[in-house]
Amino acid sequence: MAIKGNLANPRKFQKDQLKIYAVLIPITLIMVLPIVYIVNHAFKPLEELFAYPPKFFVTNPSFTNFFKLVSATASSTVPFSRYLFNSIFVTVCVLGFTLMFTTMAAFALSKMDFKGKKILSTMNDIGLYFVAIALQIPRYLIVDKLGMHDTYIAHILPIVVLPVGLLLLKQFVDGVPSALIEAAHIDGAGEFKTYTSIILPLVKPAMATVSILMFQEVWNNTETSSMYIDTDAFKTFAFYMQTLSSNTNSVAGQGLAAAATLIMFIPNVVLFITMQSRVMSTMATSGIK
Amino acid sequence: MKSDKLRRGVTPYLFVLPYFALFILFVAVPVVIAIALSFTNFNAIQFPDFVGIKNYIDLFLQDEVFIRYVIPNTIVFAVIVGPGGYVLSFLLAWALSQITRGPRTVLALIIYSPSMTAGTTMTVIWKVLFSGDQLGYINNILMQLGIITEPIIFLQSKTWLLPVMIIVALWSSMGVGFLSMLAGLLNIDPSLYEAAHIDGIRNRVQEMFYITIPSIKPQMLFGAIMAIVNAFKQSAIGVQLSGSNPTPNYAGQLMVNHISDYGFTRYEMGYACAVSVVLLVIIWVFSKGARKLFKED
Repeated sequence: MAIKGNLANPRKFQKDQLKIYAVLIPITLIMVLPIVYIVNHAFKPLEELFAYPPKFFVTNPSFTNFFKLVSATASSTVPFSRYLFNSIFVTVCVLGFTLMFTTMAAFALSKMDFKGKKILSTMNDIGLYFVAIALQIPRYLIVDKLGMHDTYIAHILPIVVLPVGLLLLKQFVDGVPSALIEAAHIDGAGEFKTYTSIILPLVKPAMATVSILMFQEVWNNTETSSMYIDTDAFKTFAFYMQTLSSNTNSVAGQGLAAAATLIMFIPNVVLFITMQSRVMSTMATSGIK
Repeated sequence: MKSDKLRRGVTPYLFVLPYFALFILFVAVPVVIAIALSFTNFNAIQFPDFVGIKNYIDLFLQDEVFIRYVIPNTIVFAVIVGPGGYVLSFLLAWALSQITRGPRTVLALIIYSPSMTAGTTMTVIWKVLFSGDQLGYINNILMQLGIITEPIIFLQSKTWLLPVMIIVALWSSMGVGFLSMLAGLLNIDPSLYEAAHIDGIRNRVQEMFYITIPSIKPQMLFGAIMAIVNAFKQSAIGVQLSGSNPTPNYAGQLMVNHISDYGFTRYEMGYACAVSVVLLVIIWVFSKGARKLFKED
């Protein structure tokens, strides 16, 4: 008996998929239009920003807004490049720590036997719900009491822990055959050697996924700057952008804010596009039972 | 032999130590502190004094802003953005799984992209679109269509701020949960569908309820929990969109904003912690509900 259509993940285009497209395409358009608008807005010269009626697309694209963005900070004490440097530095540190600490914990929770393992896993699962923003006051007090206030450490340590990251990585490590690890042990490899030579190379897709999620958390983070940092020179690009966006009431300010948005947005997209197939293979092992 | 056992005994703890040390410091301890401080009067300078459940009584019986605005706003926002965003992301993931690979990848990227830039970046986009004068794009469209004659100051408006917040939050709610469900859908064993067709399943809707959803329960639950977390994570956008805390006429005031208003503007940190505890309980209840719905039996 021939089975017709209705199978998920079809290999070929069939006519009845048109119904699906008829719904999907309008929704996708609605999703993408705001982004297209802001990209166009960023390249609009002043007279187009003031044009009435406002136009969706830019006619004479120019880099005016971007130059203004850079020079807007020239007069202030903190140059544009300093904010950008802070953001890049903080992002790299957080990613490094997160990947190292999370893969180590995932390996132990998935492949080693020890007392308290269940409790730690459960704690992490509950940690999923404890949104940082709900805990802003105690976190502020802890950062303050530990003397991290107004240092780079306050940008980094409080956000290294990403419970969803550990969850995804642990599930991915669960998929690594235990026989591989036993074989390594027989060859005389200790746990640390097993971690670096077996686990790390095999969980690369999951690490890519966690990097992306973490990147989104830290690159776009404004809370650490506004709550833990007083010195302007230590604040991040995302925070600087937020101060710009409070100027969206003026039309010229909107152009600057749009340009800054674009600079914030592009790294996220590029990172996701380059890693999307690895992300999907990690997601295939995700889930909560 | 003995030393080998000993080494193995300590090694796992060394591996989990860095992660869980930070976890305890920045996730677990804050929860304990929030609970402890919620029973005190604390202004961040003097030592907190114990006041019993006074903060909770004040919160539910005296705090007019909390009762009249914060609670209703939070419920409306959380119910639409949480479950609403969840159903939307499942349906979109499902629809994407019904088409071929090439177009699917492109459309999935577009649908996922708004959720990549949480917080400020995306609020700027909407601040520009909803700009309150006739140069604001949405105002202009509505005026061209003749629906309104005067531009609406959306982001300072009593009526419009909350709806705008919901639109923005829904727009960016297709995140990790969406990707997880999509991946789950694509990995369902095709023979399940074949068997179902022999057993007489005829259309996509039947297929969805009898085969698809039961097959991806773990991803459905993961998606549900991510949707709940996301709804509460995003709930500060009212302040970002309107540019002030409290939001104009408390129109977009949610619990998260109430916490920072009391904690960092008025320095009533004990009281603010009581609000935090109530918020955590609400998130907890929501997630229990999700677990009940998709529990593997």
